Amino acid sequence: MALIEVKDVRKVYRMDGVEFEALKGVSFFIEKGEFVIIMGPSGSGKSTLMHILGALDVPTSGSYLLDSREITDMTRDELARVRNAKIGFIFQGFNLLPRMNAMENVELPMLYAGLPKAERKRKAGEALELVGLLDWADHRPNQLSGGQQQRVAIARALVNDAPLLLADEPTGSLDSKTGAQVMEMLVSLNEKRGITVVLVTHDSNIASYGKRVIGVLDGLISSDGSKEKVESWVDVE
Amino acid sequence: MISFIETCRVSFRAIVSNKMRSGLAMLGIVIGVGAVIAMLALGAGATLQIKSVMSSMGSNLLTIRPGTVTSGGIRMGAGSTPSLTLSDATAIKEECPSIEEVLAQYSGVAQVVYGNQNWSTQISGVTEGVFVVNDWQLKLGRPFTEQDIRSAAKVAILGTTVAQELFGYSDPVGETIRIKNIPFQVIGVLEPKGESSWGRDQDDVVMVPVTTAQKRLFGMPRPDMVSSITVKVKSEDLIDRAQEEVTLLLRQRHKISNPQDDDFTVRNMQQAMEAAQESMKVMSLLLGSIASVSLLVGGIGIMNVMLVSVTERTREIGIRMAVGATSKDIMLQFLAESGMLSMTGGAVGVFLGALLSYVLSQAFNWQTVVLPGSVALSFGFSALVGIVFGLYPAYKASLLNPIDALRYE
Repeated sequence: MALIEVKDVRKVYRMDGVEFEALKGVSFFIEKGEFVIIMGPSGSGKSTLMHILGALDVPTSGSYLLDSREITDMTRDELARVRNAKIGFIFQGFNLLPRMNAMENVELPMLYAGLPKAERKRKAGEALELVGLLDWADHRPNQLSGGQQQRVAIARALVNDAPLLLADEPTGSLDSKTGAQVMEMLVSLNEKRGITVVLVTHDSNIASYGKRVIGVLDGLISSDGSKEKVESWVDVE
Repeated sequence: MISFIETCRVSFRAIVSNKMRSGLAMLGIVIGVGAVIAMLALGAGATLQIKSVMSSMGSNLLTIRPGTVTSGGIRMGAGSTPSLTLSDATAIKEECPSIEEVLAQYSGVAQVVYGNQNWSTQISGVTEGVFVVNDWQLKLGRPFTEQDIRSAAKVAILGTTVAQELFGYSDPVGETIRIKNIPFQVIGVLEPKGESSWGRDQDDVVMVPVTTAQKRLFGMPRPDMVSSITVKVKSEDLIDRAQEEVTLLLRQRHKISNPQDDDFTVRNMQQAMEAAQESMKVMSLLLGSIASVSLLVGGIGIMNVMLVSVTERTREIGIRMAVGATSKDIMLQFLAESGMLSMTGGAVGVFLGALLSYVLSQAFNWQTVVLPGSVALSFGFSALVGIVFGLYPAYKASLLNPIDALRYE
């Protein structure tokens, strides 16, 4: 059973009466446990695709089944619940709440899942331990390094046991060394815990971590397969 | 779903993390609630003062006066008919169950003479009920007895003003004074009552038995007539019933079938008191509503701060939405925040308002009463203001698109 089934997804934006088709009919499956890189230059539609995969937005037409549930015709609140239960987000800018410490940031998704406090603390502690930051639990984001902040974000993404980890340029704000550490962490989470990772990037170095790379160009899938195939595509670019 | 308590905790942290701005947002509500509390306390104090003045005049009294008479289509003024008699008073006392005591009065003004002193004063012909009904106390001597009344005895009780004018500081009891050249034995002196609420010296009076006034001092157009009957009702709750009893009894005695032909009027102090209280109520309502305008302005202040706060925290809202906050969660978070702001402001305002009304009562000697009702009202109103004015910013926050909100710098 595929975790993600995208069929002929189109997304049309309308701005000042001018229509702009960001996705022009995209279809692919992602199985449970895959590590997939979605790659494309800016303006290719990869961000739009990530928003749809992340249930932050719905396609104009087509179908998107996440864990066998149709996302396309969901209401805002239904989408919020899907994000809460099924998807862990990792952003380029970390997106931690500045007034809260690491522990509280990791607790956030469980807060909206309605978990009792004791369980939140326990699970947030476990998640922080997994990313090696348990000792930093009471530090606020501005007291942490970029790499540490991203690891807190990973802990937050994991904490609700979501089957899908969606990372948007997770290393974009990090130096190459910490970036590599974060990538290794994602790879190990994928391998050891079977979490499906979908990573969106424009960086071909990052693409080398993926077993499968989906190339996006001008709102269409330009390539899909092993990284070797994509590297040749990158060369063409 | 996030629990309500967690929502409040999140909101509380947001308030605490920006103390200066939260304080300023609250200030409007603090001033508004404080003003409402102080104004209502002033109003309530004034009402209470009126009530106590009125009840010192006897709130459970009924006053019966002769009514108007119509002869040949010409209506004469009040009291133009000598319709009330001493036997009416006796009958009221005997037959009306709700009544405690009856005072019949027949009065006039005369010169009082003692030795080489003389003094013009009110001569009140009274029945023995005067001590109960008008709440007089004796300083010296004895009260009138039934025997004094029956026999139209030539005895008098002096008010302190009269006693002082005629006797200076010597004891008048047992002395003889002359009223209209008739010798009266002084049997007592009244405790002073001071000025009435109209400024009349209540102690400038000589009391004699009503029968004496009728028969020996002042001529009567009709035998046995009295100028007024005052009735003390057993308790304030019985006022209406007593009024009914007295009216029916007098109609029966005066052989009146149509109420329009009543030759007497029955008034009670309570009606006057209610009218005065009513006008005070209108007054304090007016003051309160002026003060509540400032509460409204405070609400607008809160809305302002909340709108800024929503804009400032767009990214936070985006993050919360990304990890699973629904529109309702976000809305509640901001509503709780504005509600807490206004309720905290309300609580501080209640405290300051109570303090202000205490200061006013001390500084200007105004009576102020902080009623629990007005505290509940203004606090409740402040909470309502917070929620109503928080609604729009919260709604605005809940409508944010998570993608745009996440991108917001």
